[in-house]
Amino acid sequence: MSPRKTLATAARVLRQLRHDPRTIALILLVPSMLLIILKYAFQAEPRVFNGLAPMILGIFPLVIMFIVTSIATLRERTSGTLDRLMSMPISKLDFVFGYALAFSLLALAQAGFVCAVTLGFLGVTVLGGTLPVLVSAVLAALLGTSLGLFVSAFASSEFQAVQFMPALIFPQLLVCGLFVAREHMAKPLQWFADVMPLSYSVDAMKQVTSHALWSGILTRDLLVVLGFAIAALVLGSVTIRRQE
Amino acid sequence: MSLAVEIKNLSVILAGKKVLDDITVDLPQGHIIGLLGPSGAGKTTLIRTLVGRQRIGSGSIRILGLAAGSAALRSEIGYMTQSVSVYPDLTVHENVRYFAAMIGRTKKDADSLIKQVELSPYANQLASKLSGGQRSRVSLAVALLGNPKILMLDEPTVGVDPVLRQQLWAMFTKLARQGTTLLISSHVMDEAGRCQDLLLVRDGRLLAYDTPAGLCGRTGTKTVEESFIKLVESKS
Repeated sequence: MSPRKTLATAARVLRQLRHDPRTIALILLVPSMLLIILKYAFQAEPRVFNGLAPMILGIFPLVIMFIVTSIATLRERTSGTLDRLMSMPISKLDFVFGYALAFSLLALAQAGFVCAVTLGFLGVTVLGGTLPVLVSAVLAALLGTSLGLFVSAFASSEFQAVQFMPALIFPQLLVCGLFVAREHMAKPLQWFADVMPLSYSVDAMKQVTSHALWSGILTRDLLVVLGFAIAALVLGSVTIRRQE
Repeated sequence: MSLAVEIKNLSVILAGKKVLDDITVDLPQGHIIGLLGPSGAGKTTLIRTLVGRQRIGSGSIRILGLAAGSAALRSEIGYMTQSVSVYPDLTVHENVRYFAAMIGRTKKDADSLIKQVELSPYANQLASKLSGGQRSRVSLAVALLGNPKILMLDEPTVGVDPVLRQQLWAMFTKLARQGTTLLISSHVMDEAGRCQDLLLVRDGRLLAYDTPAGLCGRTGTKTVEESFIKLVESKS
């Protein structure tokens, strides 16, 4: 691995995005738009919204980055550019971490914007403060990026790639604690939720919402999310083959 | 003369079909070698196997004395794929500079190659806005980065206007004179005259390996196209 090549790859991915301002606008604005809608949908129950909004901040970045990355890397695999890169003296990890770095920066911008809107304009209060919310949101986005990169290996078209989102992310969404507290679910679903990364991302946001101090559970949650992200990145690099 | 490529009894099977069938040939260094054959003959698979992207079924390939696919060869081989493998959403500059960084070359190297393939006026245009011929020249510039000892070009002159095609061949000749080995695939037989050696392939088999003059002399024909037909007829 070479830091220079990793950085150059990250810069290249960001340059590609810069030529696509509409995608940037969508990535930045859509989560905020959805939260604004949610706020007024829960007009009668502002306390419910206050509990939901932070959890959603842990979900949106993951979902959006999952889609963006799985399509972006699928395009690399099918257009021949990955073919070309793999015939060059670079490490597969340069490629994978370059993507992760670029999309993490994008996620930071997205999370910063949506946190500003949610905590500022929408008046949501979290006891833990802004910083842990930001950290959790960025880690969720990183997880989305690495999962997207990994599953792109199993898609042979964009149609398949976008279907992986409902197939892999929705089940996690249903059991992560957003709709029902996890301890009230059927036992097998609790076990399932216990091993799914999204549960920890959402749990981290719950911790931040209800604890003024950085708790040990928050640290554990974030480490689990980070661990899953790194594992998926390494698995993703395994799916890139030098030889076919 | 030292050898650039040594292929022994190479076979490759893809999805149950024998795409390359028992190919044996040695290619010298510093020559322009034309890889000619109809589409579907196995040209692309042969090139992909030589650059190490396609696994060998049976037989062996040595390039500059090393097994095909060796990590050490990655800085010695320039590879231009058949599909234009550059980023459509990057400018010419950004494309070539990125790949330059990947093989440890400078921005200056990238810019001088853009000049060499005559794309300087378009350097700040997105690759998606270029014509097919211009885009394949971006791809060519990337293959030329890092002064590779061996260049594998998969149909580099498809869709290129005749004047430019002339310039590209002049550039290939110049590179060969400097010692670069070029393997250039084409399904257009009239490009054969510009090569020093020809590999004729059909249905995954090597029909002939000879100089253009040798080939015509041997088959008693005037053009490479005619000798190709003669060879196919004599084998069937």
